[in-house]
Amino acid sequence: MKFTLNDRVVDVAAHPMQRLLDVLREECGLTGTKEGCGEGECGACTVLVDGAAVVSCLVPFAQVEGRAVRTIEGVDEGTLQRAFMDQVGAQCGICTPGMIMAALSLGPNPSREQMREALAGNLCRCTGYEAIFRAVRAAKRAGSGRHAPSPDAENTRA
Amino acid sequence: MDSWAEGHFRRMANRGERAVGRSVARKDGIGKATGRAVYADDLVFPGMLWGRTIRSTIPRGRVRGVRRAFDPAGFTVVDHHDIPGQNVIALLELDQPCLVANEIRHVAEPIMLLAHADRERLLAARVEIDYEGEPPLLDPEQSDVVFKHIRIEKGDADAALARADLIVEGTYRTGAQEHIYIEPNGVVAVLEDGGIAVHGSIQCPFYVHKALVTLLGDAVSHVRVVQTETGGGFGGKEEYPSMIAAHAALLALRSGRPVKIVYDRAEDMVATTKRHPSVVRHRTGVSRDGRIVAMDVDVLLDGGAYVTLSPVVLSRGAIHAAGPYRCDHTRIVGRAVMTNTPPNGAFRGFGAPQTQFAMEVHIDRVAEALGMDPVRVREINALRPGDTTATGQRLGDDCSALETLRQAVRRSRYHAKRAAAAGSNRGIGVSLFYHGSGFTGSGELRLASRAALELTEHGVRVLTSSTEIGQGTRTMHAQIVADALGIPYEDVEVAQPDTSRVPDSGPTVASRTCLVVGGILQRAAEEMRLRIGDATPAEHYRRHGPLRVDAEYEQPDWIRWDDDTYRGDAYATFGWGCNVAEVELDPVTCEVRPRRLTTVVDVGKAIHPALATGQIEGGTVQAVGYALLEHVVMRDGAMANGQLTNYTIPTTLDTPPIDVVLVENPYPGGPFGAKGLGELPMDGPAPALVNAIRSLGVDVREIPALPEVILRERERASGSQASGTEASRRVTAIDGARTDRDRVDA
Repeated sequence: MKFTLNDRVVDVAAHPMQRLLDVLREECGLTGTKEGCGEGECGACTVLVDGAAVVSCLVPFAQVEGRAVRTIEGVDEGTLQRAFMDQVGAQCGICTPGMIMAALSLGPNPSREQMREALAGNLCRCTGYEAIFRAVRAAKRAGSGRHAPSPDAENTRA
Repeated sequence: MDSWAEGHFRRMANRGERAVGRSVARKDGIGKATGRAVYADDLVFPGMLWGRTIRSTIPRGRVRGVRRAFDPAGFTVVDHHDIPGQNVIALLELDQPCLVANEIRHVAEPIMLLAHADRERLLAARVEIDYEGEPPLLDPEQSDVVFKHIRIEKGDADAALARADLIVEGTYRTGAQEHIYIEPNGVVAVLEDGGIAVHGSIQCPFYVHKALVTLLGDAVSHVRVVQTETGGGFGGKEEYPSMIAAHAALLALRSGRPVKIVYDRAEDMVATTKRHPSVVRHRTGVSRDGRIVAMDVDVLLDGGAYVTLSPVVLSRGAIHAAGPYRCDHTRIVGRAVMTNTPPNGAFRGFGAPQTQFAMEVHIDRVAEALGMDPVRVREINALRPGDTTATGQRLGDDCSALETLRQAVRRSRYHAKRAAAAGSNRGIGVSLFYHGSGFTGSGELRLASRAALELTEHGVRVLTSSTEIGQGTRTMHAQIVADALGIPYEDVEVAQPDTSRVPDSGPTVASRTCLVVGGILQRAAEEMRLRIGDATPAEHYRRHGPLRVDAEYEQPDWIRWDDDTYRGDAYATFGWGCNVAEVELDPVTCEVRPRRLTTVVDVGKAIHPALATGQIEGGTVQAVGYALLEHVVMRDGAMANGQLTNYTIPTTLDTPPIDVVLVENPYPGGPFGAKGLGELPMDGPAPALVNAIRSLGVDVREIPALPEVILRERERASGSQASGTEASRRVTAIDGARTDRDRVDA
């Protein structure tokens, strides 16, 4: 089955009902996407499908056929990741890839309320979220648009 | 430039830009931000099998028979007969089996292990177990099986109570709490050269090492335990990884193949440890002017089915039970008892959050009984330098109870807000707390921890068994070593904890990793500096080859502790803190929305201010969950809500803004003045939040303070007030309607 993975078209043989999470981790070898709960509550497995954040533990592989999937491995090492380092937005790091994928959708200079809403589906047990807000705010102030690919841009690539 | 000058100028340059006190880049930051960091479940070995644990479904009884209702092709099966050494998980005691031989003491107790290359087939395999059930013991207050009993006596509590102007009594309850590290427990066991290596999500590699050596005996030539990147611990990966590592090791030995076991969330929640539920009773004698003259405290912890760490959890809980208050006549009696639930275990704070919850809510009730301001009562009684704690420990100038109290009250504008909120649904509450750094009493002496430094081509490498579980161990240790050695932070690397390569620095627990292990590393670095003279480490390595310096823990010479009487210096130093919590109570749904938390904490010295702040913020939010949301529902000895869907931890939407102030009142014996800080933030928020709810006239004395608890207490209060006047309300609420539980004697 063909789909676009981090800007490259790939062909992966896997059961259509297999979880996208397992296909990414086991068939594609991309282990940056993490499993925290397997029931869509924690957000550690968040990836983008056609630019929209989804929890990959609840997505059957069949659903991504012909679509564009982006994982943490396909995010430029740029502002957002650097800000997570600088602001200590990552402690144990297990929620970090999912948190960064979810934060990509935020526009420039997000308010605290906008960040709370955008990240409400991503649990972090270490930081109490404050350092994550600091990281997102710092990155979005730097204002790099390329880390928030629009759905259209994703579709064009696909 | 010659080496002396190079080294000299480099150190001079560094003097203006030391690492300690600066928020330098985390050693593990880039790997985590890019998803490249390798956790247990990311490991793949050739020929690897998946492992699975078959567990009991009854809380107490015996196994009559086990039937394997699956096609055995490709399966590896292990039960208690296959254990080459002792069938125990060695920890403090040898009472907990690795696999049930016959007797079952709790739900989810491991009975049989399966492994298979195909995960679907593994999960589909059915094992039928025939049980002979017995009635379980589920109420700790009914249990007479005592794992540990502690008695702390100072002065004469009974005589002082008899003389007191007023006696305030109360009973306080705390529930279990699940750690919810976002990465569940996971390990991979791999055979190597006649021995076995276990790689995994592990807080204390040498605990696992000890357990495996006892379990495997002569069946292996050596045991090696390697910590992978660990997705959170909070105490939940202190003792439990010995169990899952033991299981994977047995399957690997039996199959001859690498075996990975990673729990799914439900198994992790139902089968692994929780924070001990507690019942704490207080009887406190006070004078009319607000001085505490006598304390009588009874602490009960539910230990669950096996001893595991309950004795030491009780110890820390009991020692902290009198709170950060001066009192000449104190008696603290503690018991940890057995019940037929999965063993309760280590969780950030380790008994102290439970007992300080009770103390801090109780002291608000003392203030209510006296008609005094809760801040004023704390101010009068707070420990000061020169005072002694319940164990008789005389405090030095590193005691900051009053300082944190005053700063938090001022910064939060507590009094103005309390006055402004009168009559509204907005409450405000305060808590004052402390937390002993390092192992209790002579524990550090017994551990005799070691740490080492070795030269590398580029600088030095830190060798310890202290694990990075998110709190910043690698970074903080590297900072201490860099400054003690006078070299750039970037020239220090930190070895992955691997028991075959690093010395035993003790477990990564008890707020000891900075204070104790950091202190050992500081001395090792100073020794290394003497050995290499003015050269840089890299220069010395190039000229003279490898050099390693080991150092061992040295107890400060003033520490005296008696394990039998529980008298003496319980901890080298304490962290101190004060919280002010602001809440809003929904009058219809009885939901409590935390609006703001102010937390002022004395950490001695913030080696890395951003990491220290992160510890305080994260611990504070974990405690918000403990206080308001996290409810472990036990049904017939099993956790009934073992899912993140119905066991809820704080999300961004449940989390209020947290205002953190770091106070730096140094402990002279700590590295650069640092004290322990990892557990401190867990102690204060729950009582501050409950006291904020209490300020709205709802007599809550337990956590989690769920809406149904608040509704119950509100209805109870309105029932008892129906005939009372406004003036007699306080007395009615405490003295009248609650005489069954509590009493205020004038």
